[in-house]
Amino acid sequence: MTVTRAPAEALSVLDRPNSYIGKTVPRPNLDRLLQGRGQYVSDLELPRMAHVVFLRSPHAHARIVAIDADAARRMSGVIAIVTGRELEAVITPWVGVLSHLKGLKSAPQHAIAVDRVCWQGEAVAAIVATSRAAAEDAMEHVSVGYEELEAVTDMRTALDPATPVIHASLGDNLAFERTLDAGDVDQALSESEVVEADFVFGRHTGVTLEPRAVVADWNAAEARLTIYQGTQAPHMVQNIAALHLGLREAQVRVICKDVGGSFGIKVHIYADEMATYALSKLLRRPVKFVADRVESFNTDIHARDHRCRGRIGVGPDGTITAFEIDDLTGIGPYSMYPRTSAIEANQVVNLVGGPYATANYRARARVVFQNKNVMCQYRAVGHPIACSVTEGLVDLAAAKIGMDPVEIRRRNLIADDAYPCASPSGMKFEQLSHHASLTKLLQMMDYDALRAEQMALRASNIHRGIGIASFIEVTNPSAAFYGVGGARISSQDGVAVRLDAQGSVICQTSITEQGQGSESLTAQIVGSVLGVSMERVRVILGDTDNTPYGGGTWASRGAGIGGEAALQAAKALRENVLKVAAAILQSTPAELDIVNDSIVNAADGAPRIELNELARTVYFRPDTLPPGIQPELMATRHFVPRQYPFAFTNGIQAAWLEVDTETGFVTLLKHWVVEDCGTIINPQLVDEQIRGGVVQGLGAALFEKCIYDERGQLTNANMADYLVPMSAEMPDIEIGHVVSPTQESELGAKGAGEAGTAGAAAAVANAVNDALRPFGAIITEIPLTPQVILTALGRI
Amino acid sequence: MKAAAFAYARATSVVNALELLAAHGDRAKVLSGGQSLMPAMNLRLLSPDILVDIGGLAELRGIAVSGRALVVGALTRHVDLLRSPEIALHAPLLRDAVAHVAHPAIRNRGTIGGSLAHADPASELPACVVALDATIVVRGPAGERRIAATEFFRGIYETALSSDELLVAVEMPVAGHDASFFFQEFARRHGDYAVVGLAARAVVAAGRFSDLRLGFFAVGDRPLLASAAGKLIDAPVTPALLAEATTALADELDPQEDQQASPAMRRHLAGVLLRRCVAALLARPELEAGATR
Ligand SMILES: Cc1cc2nc3c(=O)[nH]c(=O)nc-3n(C[C@H](O)[C@H](O)[C@H](O)COP(=O)(O)OP(=O)(O)OC[C@H]3O[C@@H](n4cnc5c(N)ncnc54)[C@H](O)[C@@H]3O)c2cc1C
Repeated sequence: MTVTRAPAEALSVLDRPNSYIGKTVPRPNLDRLLQGRGQYVSDLELPRMAHVVFLRSPHAHARIVAIDADAARRMSGVIAIVTGRELEAVITPWVGVLSHLKGLKSAPQHAIAVDRVCWQGEAVAAIVATSRAAAEDAMEHVSVGYEELEAVTDMRTALDPATPVIHASLGDNLAFERTLDAGDVDQALSESEVVEADFVFGRHTGVTLEPRAVVADWNAAEARLTIYQGTQAPHMVQNIAALHLGLREAQVRVICKDVGGSFGIKVHIYADEMATYALSKLLRRPVKFVADRVESFNTDIHARDHRCRGRIGVGPDGTITAFEIDDLTGIGPYSMYPRTSAIEANQVVNLVGGPYATANYRARARVVFQNKNVMCQYRAVGHPIACSVTEGLVDLAAAKIGMDPVEIRRRNLIADDAYPCASPSGMKFEQLSHHASLTKLLQMMDYDALRAEQMALRASNIHRGIGIASFIEVTNPSAAFYGVGGARISSQDGVAVRLDAQGSVICQTSITEQGQGSESLTAQIVGSVLGVSMERVRVILGDTDNTPYGGGTWASRGAGIGGEAALQAAKALRENVLKVAAAILQSTPAELDIVNDSIVNAADGAPRIELNELARTVYFRPDTLPPGIQPELMATRHFVPRQYPFAFTNGIQAAWLEVDTETGFVTLLKHWVVEDCGTIINPQLVDEQIRGGVVQGLGAALFEKCIYDERGQLTNANMADYLVPMSAEMPDIEIGHVVSPTQESELGAKGAGEAGTAGAAAAVANAVNDALRPFGAIITEIPLTPQVILTALGRI
Repeated sequence: MKAAAFAYARATSVVNALELLAAHGDRAKVLSGGQSLMPAMNLRLLSPDILVDIGGLAELRGIAVSGRALVVGALTRHVDLLRSPEIALHAPLLRDAVAHVAHPAIRNRGTIGGSLAHADPASELPACVVALDATIVVRGPAGERRIAATEFFRGIYETALSSDELLVAVEMPVAGHDASFFFQEFARRHGDYAVVGLAARAVVAAGRFSDLRLGFFAVGDRPLLASAAGKLIDAPVTPALLAEATTALADELDPQEDQQASPAMRRHLAGVLLRRCVAALLARPELEAGATR
């Protein structure tokens, strides 16, 4: 680990005896999950629970002429068959726009299509039955008459006058456009060598192990809806469900225990989930919806379908003089709710060129509607696009002037002592460490030796490549992300900590757990700050009735925001405990400390009184306390970043791979990441977050793509044809760290969840081009399939 | 993704299975390892009225050598092929091939009979039995039929089996001491169906092929025993001759377009495999370099 900032003069609250911070400790929830005691919504059974399946449109764009469900209604086990028209009476439609994304428009979306379907997979009717199998049987007997409409599928022609407009009320198919012009790009380019390329990104999706799952339970007696859902943002779901069902938020409780993977897929509000809430209210009984794998492919948000033209200017000495991009993306027929589908393109504009000290930057991004599944935020939103374009251009510029890819980066990355500073797109950087990261990376991978190996192997017709990609990552978002645009998505989080009657700690947090270790990091922080052992800390999350109000876990915010709230809450409780202890022991709080579940003398560590004894006194023998003392063995604190809109992190990745130039197959040999997420709470969790993220990026680079035909049919909506990355194809991924804690919080942690995904594909694409250099082939398209590579090599 | 309702019968003998098949005709489906059938039923691509489970029929198990023939029962699982010493000795091609079939969990259940009856053109084992000149042994109401592997595969998921017949075994000549084998496939991921693959058996004497059977798969609607091999038999293999054979191979292939590869790419990859195969079998690495520019 390289630390860029000298440790503070005084010991922080984290530097305590027996601190868990910076230690790999097993997650408290491991045994529970490994012993099959996870509480996944897909396993949940409630009395009188019905199952819903959705009859989905086979057409990308069609008018619904008639729905005949009479035969199906009579089938055994069928409880109800409900159309969009009927459900409209229970739940109102929504429009996925935010006011800070100027000009963003979308059309009202219904829980179930009314009159018209706009993508293949949109729900047309809900079949509710006593089991999923019975509902599927009945579904085969619902007949729907469609009148097919022309489908808009190619984003490149979506704005042509000849292309039909999907939502007439919007006037055209343009959902959002943003332009940016900083510095003097024309001047800069006119004085430089200019290289340009079209970068093409495959549409792909998150493929969570547990599909989206909801059980909605309307209790008419209490006039309350309980929603059990695998989500990343329970309070957001509460707000939206209440809003559209005409309820007060207090009438909706959202419970989210274990979630089988989410990656951003489960941070949105889906029409079928809304329909499930409404059906429960309509039918006055619990209703369960679990997407099957085909539905998941057709309705879980897709992402990354971008085509981006990029230009870079470079001087003879390797100085990068300007970046320019023109990005186009197709988002499906609606902007997703409530986070909108303009965020990815917006991020691309924000992030291109981000690691470099280049002042001239011009960008345009256009977001268009299509008759395909909806697109929205998925792990590392926009980052892989921005990183692939930036780093692809930087490598092209280096090749143009005959400079080594490392050298051009060394000359242009923002200097480590230049902070705080801002990018041409206005992103504010508190403290990044591009050069320290690059140095560390080169050392980890032994760059010079690899280059020598590459040269030697070329002589025997073995073509290996090295690809490098620097990146910045948006983490710990403040209200600037959603709140300012009018979305009721909280950017603050809260933690309540209390001592129980035996001196154990119960900790309620508003962040959620989808496998990344939120429970663990919360317990580690609380245990460390409080001076209690982790076994004594129980973390409760995922229940709007029983946790403080907060955002949840997404956008790499759990540790940085929820972690800081935990730290502050634990600090406050510690103070309260020490006050009581001082009263009991006739001492002062300053003379005491809590270590290993006991109050000790701060000076010599001598044990004074165990926490369980203190708790016993407080709860059962308050009569023995001095008068005037009212112990508060519970403390709550909230945190939100205010100074910086985002805590930017940075890092760099490298790929080493071999291309079989006869077959076009790529073998990944090794991958390295150096990442700077500030304070590291649990190194293993951070490293595995990065590895998992890298694997998703490698999937994008080589395998994953939702393949649509020209009629808007998704042709590979299954696990046989949609290729997720699998272990046998994955290289060893070595991870190193540079640590520049953020000063905005006492914890100093920034996010780490998306770093791996941000840069992996860029590193691989650069490595493939590096390998193919002797052949003069350049590819700026992912996934890099054998077909794409063979075509570029002119073999086929 | 739930299968439509179906009836289930566990056959007690081959005769009993044949009776059940005769009674239900094409409304019945034989259930072997279930690794292809069950996914198709869950996707409701197939909705048989009844499944005839042959999993308990000891008569269909086992690997045995009888004279010059190796007899492999239909219920032999992929994992058995991988581990059997008889297979390693007498039909090492099957062992090499089956390592590329799916993943351990699927190999623990999937059977050779199921794989051959299923007749996926991208499947490894059908191409192997073609290359090995095997005979498919079938039982039906009228008794036993023996069908040459080259005649057995009729199209995508189509075979010479009729709906009242059971595939009971595969017989192939045991590998002679002079036989050599080659297996390679290109798949996007380990365990995936191949984009193009080749299973070959050869006899090499004095640096020449005296026999060469090339079973290509994923290059058409069924495994293909390539006639291009004929060009390489009993002739000194030169780069020019190999190039000629590669051209002949491209001409006889009729590959399909799918999401993994265009026909042109399949032809190209089949040529690469041919060169790699010949180079390996003749132990002449220089022959492999063919297309490198
Ligand atoms: C994820 C996955 C990956 C796979 N990858 C590969 C791969 O790379 N290569 C490959 O070759 N296969 C692959 N398979 C398929 C696997 O090899 C199957 O096991 C095989 O295709 C079928 O064998 P089975 O015993 O499971 O047959 P079943 O699924 O039980 O039956 C398949 C068909 O054959 C019929 N049938 C079965 N036995 C008989 C018999 N004795 N007589 C008459 N008809 C019969 C059935 O009625 C059915 O129509 C994969 C499967 C999965 C799930």
